[in-house]
Amino acid sequence: MKFSTSVGLAVAGVLVGAGAAYVALRPAAPAAPPPAAAAAVAAPASPAAFVPPLDSLIPNDEFGQEVRRGQQIFTQTGLYAKQYTGNTLACANCHIDAGRLAHSAPLWGAYVSYPAYRSKNKRVNTFQERMQGCFRFSMNGRAPPLGDPVLVALESYAYWLSTGAPVNVALAGRGYPKVPKPAMAPDYARGQGVFTQHCAVCHGPDGQGQRAAGAQVFPPLWGPESFNWGAGMGDVANAAGFIKANMPLGLGGTLSDQDAWDVATFMDGHERPQDPRFAGTVEKTRALYHEGPTSLYGTTVNGVLLGAHAVPPGGSTRGAGSPPR
Amino acid sequence: MIRLRLDHQRPARPRALMASALLAMLAASAHPAAAQGTPTAAAAAAIVHQGNARGAPPCISCHGPKLEGLAAMVSPRIAGQSAAYVVAQLDAFAGGTRRNAIMLPVATALSPAERQALGTYLSTLSPVAAPASDSAPPPAAVLRSGERLATRGRWAAGVPACDQCHGPGGVGVGAAFPPLAGQSSAYLAAQLDAYRQGTRPPGPLGLMSTLVSRMSDADIAAVSAYYQRQPPAAATGGRP
Repeated sequence: MKFSTSVGLAVAGVLVGAGAAYVALRPAAPAAPPPAAAAAVAAPASPAAFVPPLDSLIPNDEFGQEVRRGQQIFTQTGLYAKQYTGNTLACANCHIDAGRLAHSAPLWGAYVSYPAYRSKNKRVNTFQERMQGCFRFSMNGRAPPLGDPVLVALESYAYWLSTGAPVNVALAGRGYPKVPKPAMAPDYARGQGVFTQHCAVCHGPDGQGQRAAGAQVFPPLWGPESFNWGAGMGDVANAAGFIKANMPLGLGGTLSDQDAWDVATFMDGHERPQDPRFAGTVEKTRALYHEGPTSLYGTTVNGVLLGAHAVPPGGSTRGAGSPPR
Repeated sequence: MIRLRLDHQRPARPRALMASALLAMLAASAHPAAAQGTPTAAAAAAIVHQGNARGAPPCISCHGPKLEGLAAMVSPRIAGQSAAYVVAQLDAFAGGTRRNAIMLPVATALSPAERQALGTYLSTLSPVAAPASDSAPPPAAVLRSGERLATRGRWAAGVPACDQCHGPGGVGVGAAFPPLAGQSSAYLAAQLDAYRQGTRPPGPLGLMSTLVSRMSDADIAAVSAYYQRQPPAAATGGRP
């Protein structure tokens, strides 16, 4: 099965690990030199983040229609790519402003970085293959086949957003920022306090988000309707970067590095759907895909061995999971 | 007259029950001490239509016969509002953190139990949109600009889309994010200005006072005009 082997751990990797050391959201500072693995040359010294074109400039032709379709899929994934989506999340939950916002893994930062070698699956991945990983892991669904209209529409949108961006350059603001390790080791209990104070008003005291008018307004952060154990957001370092730059929504950059690490540890210290690459046992799966201190999969948190009680991956795409309500 | 209004608000309620509820309410207002207990929905309905014995006027006198809000009074629609949100606002009026010369004495005249009962009662009512407060519709460009802010925000200036917290079309989400849909533009603009002036609490996490500081007067006018034209929806718990 091609897709199961071609898509590696959706963790940050190339998309996120580009090494843009955390900088204030505004104004953006030049990215730090990317690690060799990113296979991209350093951006020319430029203090400003790339600015994608305005929606009003989407052309009124066949290509423009595809771009708009991609944007719809990106913002209302469960509605427009239902067949590949196994939870109630949308691409735009983790790629804010419909994939435009710097330091929120913007599409324009990703598009110009592929094809790229990914150490996670030890081969060169195209941009469509990278997006297959998003569906399989972050959307807890299944990968659309290469060339599927869903991937073509998303690729068209990403390409159009990248209008004028240099190719194969680690643009400032791509991926999520890398938050320095805090003074104290990240802690679940402290993270719970951060969550209660800063996050629960939107995501709910149980982290399951909130719905209104039939739509998921605030996304569930763990549990069967969230991303699965293979997703990049399940990596604490990656989640800390997203949180530090973007959370609470509209107040990005206000949490301390310590708070960001602690609350990321709290979020990623909960059970969620099984890693689709599950290798028979939690121990073996951890050894293969979750080595290192930034994945809590296969570790015991609050007396629970994470991964041992995970629901099967695939959610509503299995026909057995809870469908989007 | 009163009976008719009650029937209108609660059409499912049998008339006999309504009558006995009215009697109970009259008894409650005759004996103010009784209102200090646990007021019922009927007691809350009485406050809505008659006020209470401690001087709270009927809610309908300023919020309209269907509690839909009256633009001329810059009063919001409160029918279908989240119970916890209503209680929090009444507490804020009484405590002076939401500064409003009309609502300060009203909220002060309501006991904590009455505020709770009112919140619960209002959350059960069907929301009705306020009539348009701007006599002539604003230019299409203004509405487009309002729609853009409401549905996409202006992230380059750090402003999320209003819908990202207040729900699709501004229907409201849970207790912390009240409905914007179908509120008069006069009321919405006044609230955004109040956040800016610091005359109402800054909202959860201080979000509203922060975000409004990133908005212009034109933004406030545009987004208020847009939401006035969105259909309101019944209160939801906001939970999964």
